[in-house]
Parts: sequence; C-alpha cells; structure tokens
Amino acid sequence: MQEQVKAKAIELLQNGTCDRVLAWKTGEFFYDLTPAVFTTAEEIEKDLVFNAFCGANLSKYLIAESRKGGKVAAFLKPCDTYSFQQLLKEHRIWRENTYVVGVQCDGMCDIDAVRERGVKGVTGGDFTGDTLTFETLYGTETLARADVLAERCRFCKSKKLVVFDELLGEQGEEQDADRFAEVQWLEAMTPDERFAFWQEELSKCIRCNACRNVCPACSCEKCVFDNPKSGVENKAAASSFEEQLFHVIRAFHVAGRCTDCGECARVCPQHIPLHLLNRKFIKDINEIYGPYQAGADPDTRPPLLNFDMGDPEPKRGDVG
Amino acid sequence: MKQIAVSGLPQLLEAMAALEALYLPVQQGRSAQFTRYEAGMELSQDLNTGRSAKDLFFPQVENLVDFQVSGKNIEVVERRDPGEDFILFGVRACDCRSFDILDRVFLSEPQDTFYASRRSRATVVTLACHAPEETCFCTVFGIDPADPAGDVTAWMTKAKLCLRANTKKGEKLLAALPMLQDGGEDAVVAEQAAIHAVTEKLPLKDLNLTGFDGDHLMEKFNSPQWAQLSQSCLGCGSCTFVCPTCQCYDIKDFNTGHGIQRFRCWDSCMYSDFTMMAHGTNRPTQLERFRQRFMHKLVYFPANNDGIYGCVGCGRCLKKCPISMNIVKVIKTLGEGTT
Repeated sequence: MQEQVKAKAIELLQNGTCDRVLAWKTGEFFYDLTPAVFTTAEEIEKDLVFNAFCGANLSKYLIAESRKGGKVAAFLKPCDTYSFQQLLKEHRIWRENTYVVGVQCDGMCDIDAVRERGVKGVTGGDFTGDTLTFETLYGTETLARADVLAERCRFCKSKKLVVFDELLGEQGEEQDADRFAEVQWLEAMTPDERFAFWQEELSKCIRCNACRNVCPACSCEKCVFDNPKSGVENKAAASSFEEQLFHVIRAFHVAGRCTDCGECARVCPQHIPLHLLNRKFIKDINEIYGPYQAGADPDTRPPLLNFDMGDPEPKRGDVG
Repeated sequence: MKQIAVSGLPQLLEAMAALEALYLPVQQGRSAQFTRYEAGMELSQDLNTGRSAKDLFFPQVENLVDFQVSGKNIEVVERRDPGEDFILFGVRACDCRSFDILDRVFLSEPQDTFYASRRSRATVVTLACHAPEETCFCTVFGIDPADPAGDVTAWMTKAKLCLRANTKKGEKLLAALPMLQDGGEDAVVAEQAAIHAVTEKLPLKDLNLTGFDGDHLMEKFNSPQWAQLSQSCLGCGSCTFVCPTCQCYDIKDFNTGHGIQRFRCWDSCMYSDFTMMAHGTNRPTQLERFRQRFMHKLVYFPANNDGIYGCVGCGRCLKKCPISMNIVKVIKTLGEGTT
C-alpha cells in the first residue's frame, strides 16, 4: 500500500488536484512517524511512509490546513474519515479546500504493545503479514499482528470509508467487534469499585493535555482550561480531584460528537484508558436515544444537539 | 564492592525500607513509576520509568504558603513539607545526570530551598542499564550507562546485585545492610563489557552536536527548519513533563474562598500561556514555543553552563510524543549544513 499511497500523492500534486499533501513522514525508526505536509514529489519519494504504525489520525490537522488557501490532499484511514465527517458537520473544516484519499487499513500497531511483550530495542523488521518480524539490538523476534494491534484496532468499529474523493484499496464494512465489552465490565462494578478504578487511573494524569490536543472533537480555538481569565485554568492539579474534573468535563463536552477514534488513549503518556469514558457515553446514548455513530453520515443531527417531543427523559438508574 | 544474590533482593529492599523511606521503579499498569515501597513490592524490569526521577526532587505540584485574611490582617503561613530522609533506588545513568542539570538551576544562588532540602535528604542508588534500548542516546552526552553516578552504583546480573559506594552517604547506607557480602568485582567487569557491547550498536550513538553552542545561537534561532519541525506539534506538554531536565514552573495563587493557597506547579514552554504575565503575548505561535524548548536545551543552557547540554538522552520524549517529533530529529535536522 505504501507505494500506492506515494504514487497517488505524487500524481495529485503533479496533475494539479492539490498543491500539498498531508500524510505520514518517516522517522528515525519504522514506528516514529510524524504527520507532515509535503509539497514536492522529491519529499514524497524520500520521506512519505504508509505502514502498520500510521496510527495518527490526520483529520484534525485539516482544520488549520483547509484554511490556508490552496488545496490540501489528505490520506485518511476509515476511522479518520469518521472524524473528518464529524468536523465537516461542525463546520470546522473547509471541505472545498480538501481532497480526501480514503485508504483502507489492516489495523495499526502499537509500539508500546510490542515492548510490553518483551520485544525491546527494536530497530527494524517486516510488518506486512499476520506475523510481524522485529529486528532488535538483541536478535530477531516475531509477534502476531493481532497481539500488538492498537486498542481501537483490536475493537475496530468500521473499515468503511465514510467520506472520500477517491479510494485506495477496497471499500470496507462496519465491523462487529465488541467494543463495549470493557464498558460492560465497568458497568458491572459497584459505584465504589468504579470510583476507585477511575480515581486510580485518573490520578496518573500529568495534565500534559495530549488527549485534549489530539482529540478531533476538541477543536475550540481557546480551551477554557488554557484561559488564565477563566478561573479554572490549571496546569497541575492541586488535588487528584482536579484531574477527575478535567477528564470528566472533557468527556461530557465531546459526548455525542466523539467518533471513538481512540487517539486520546493512544497518546496518553501515562496509559490512562481515556477512551473508556467516551465509550461509556456512546453506549449510553445508543441505549437512550437509539443507535448513533458520530461522523457516520453528513446529515443526522447528533442526539444531544437535537430535540423532539418523543425524546426519552433518562433518569438516574436508567443506565448502568 | 558488595554483592547479594538476586534471590536476596526482596530482603534487601525490605531492609532499606526499614532504614528510610524507599522509592523505586515499580510496575503500575503499563508503565514503571517511582513508587514508595510497601511490603511485597518488586523492582520493575523496565529499562526506565514513564515519569522521570526528577519528580522526587521537583514534584509536579507543591504548596508554598497560605495567606489567611482576617479583617485588615494577612497572616502568611508557611506550608513547606518538612520531608524526610529517603533512598531513591534504581535510578538510571541518564536520570542521575539530570540531577546535576537540575542542581545548576535550583542550587545556584538564590538557592531553591524546597529543592535543596529534598536533594540533601536523598541517598541515590543508581542501577546500570543491563539492556539499553534503541531510543537511548545518553552516551552522546558523555554518560556511561555501565557506570552511573550516584551515592551508590548498582549492577544487576542474572545471578546477583553488586553495589559500590561512591560517597560517604553511600558508604553509610551499604554499611547498614548486613546481608551484603564483599565481592562482585568480576561480575561487574563482565556486566560493563556486555553493556558496552550494546552501546556500540545503539542507532543514535553518533548523534552529532557540532554547532549547538552559544557561538551559533543566531544561526540556530533563525533556521528556516523550525517551521517544518514544529508544523505538526500538538502543543501538549508530554515531552516537557516526562523530561528529566525540564525544570520550568509557574507559581499561582488559588483562592479557596477563605484564604489564598500559593502553590507552584510544572509549566511547559509548549503551552500558549507559558510565562504570559503582565507583558502579554510572548511566543505567539507553536513555532516559537517549540523552538524555545529545543534552543533552551541545546543552545542557551550549554552557553550558560560550561557547555553542558540540557538533555541526557533518556529517550522518553522519543517514546512519548504523540506525533513522534523529538530532540533527536531536531538535532539531526538543524545539524545539517552546520559549518
């Protein structure tokens, strides 16, 4: 797929479809790729990478890129297209300045999952099949791809590209993975157990704001938590309650708009399973207002931004 | 030199914890973190902790003073945590060097007494890096992961833990641990050779810092490369908060409704409101903020500190940056074309 992506990027630049390309740029290793804007065929030949470690969701960058004039082509994976479409619905991306190449995805790998399976000092390898081969400072190791997939890819919600101008690879379908299993596990806890679970997880927070800054649903020009005049600005927590407040407020703020892209959990340097907060909201919304997937289509009004006389009136205890 | 069989490690930890509070890397979910020892805890096998060892001397948040207001009187109440003597066990060579860098900031006049107190109460036991990883580049800064500094240096082989006291404090600690036996010199020599065989193969070992100094300040500052290096930066603080040498903080007053708590907390030059005080906008875009972080570590700090860089090559930013932009990429990109 890498060669197809490169060839397409160069073609779009050369035939004038776009004047720059948003994709993933090579790093020091095979896994440390950086989202980057390419403007020449030479840069693309040299530095553009599409491999099993292109986890970063590029959609949010299009908020800024689409406002810069000219046209930007972006390579979006299926789950990235949900974020893109949601941002279109929120009028955050200027669609006319973007050209979306949908690119099918076999699931992205998590380098930390590789390390946690004891494969350390990785320097290279082959990551194309179901069995991945890693060259390390200490020898060659193999791991099953399924064992090192990113969390959101183990529970992939969809291989359908919901918006694109053209497609690389085949169109896919919504997936049947049981992404609410962990939410049910949380719901089965007593309130005290659940509070203890979140208290332990959220007390790991170092308030780096990576979750917020990477989140496509967090697109405020100025976050209230960054505004010294807001009275709630806080760089570090005065108590562990502050972190709980931050994450819970953020989860409420993105409820109904979160597509479950999983970037929050991917980027957390402390490995807090933040996606579970959002997924709980998604499950509740599904159960209260009927199935809804943010970003799945361009028209449906999000349940929490919509009102009709038949709306249920959920009360305490309706959901776990 | 002292030694103890690996099977005696639990007993050793227990004995150290009986002497003073003991902090060591313990697995917490998916990361190792420096943790206060409680009975039964085991030393993590991870090469390094998620957060760095600086936390023990420079905590993310600490209360300084309270202001209690009654009528026209304001009473200033010191909230300094008196602290305690403690042993910091299992510090890697990179993190240990970071203490020297932090000392230059916090212990130069006027001394930061909060930091100084914790430094003086700690006994640092370092642990040589049995298996360095691809993200390691401490050797670039003249650090030897096979012979870290500290009050005591330890080496862990398959069979035993060897310990060498480097300071009076270290000697005192080892003397208070009767289960230690003399010996271990040969095992340490073999372990050091094995570590050096790995450091020879490290992919980042030849990182070239030529031109990162005060003489090239304006050239580096004005490099057109900052635009592409910073273009995808999310402006989060991950790199600064996991960094063992980042030392910037903010001091803020929190109005409790019946008084003021003055606290200090880590701050990040990556943040839009960093050092935003009376003068208003300081660094208007992420380019300037990003540039500041790396200019500080690679140019300003060495220019003001005898050529010592504000980086120890621990590799945390390589592992933690959400977009995989990091100091290695900056050094390589800005180093190109240096005369």
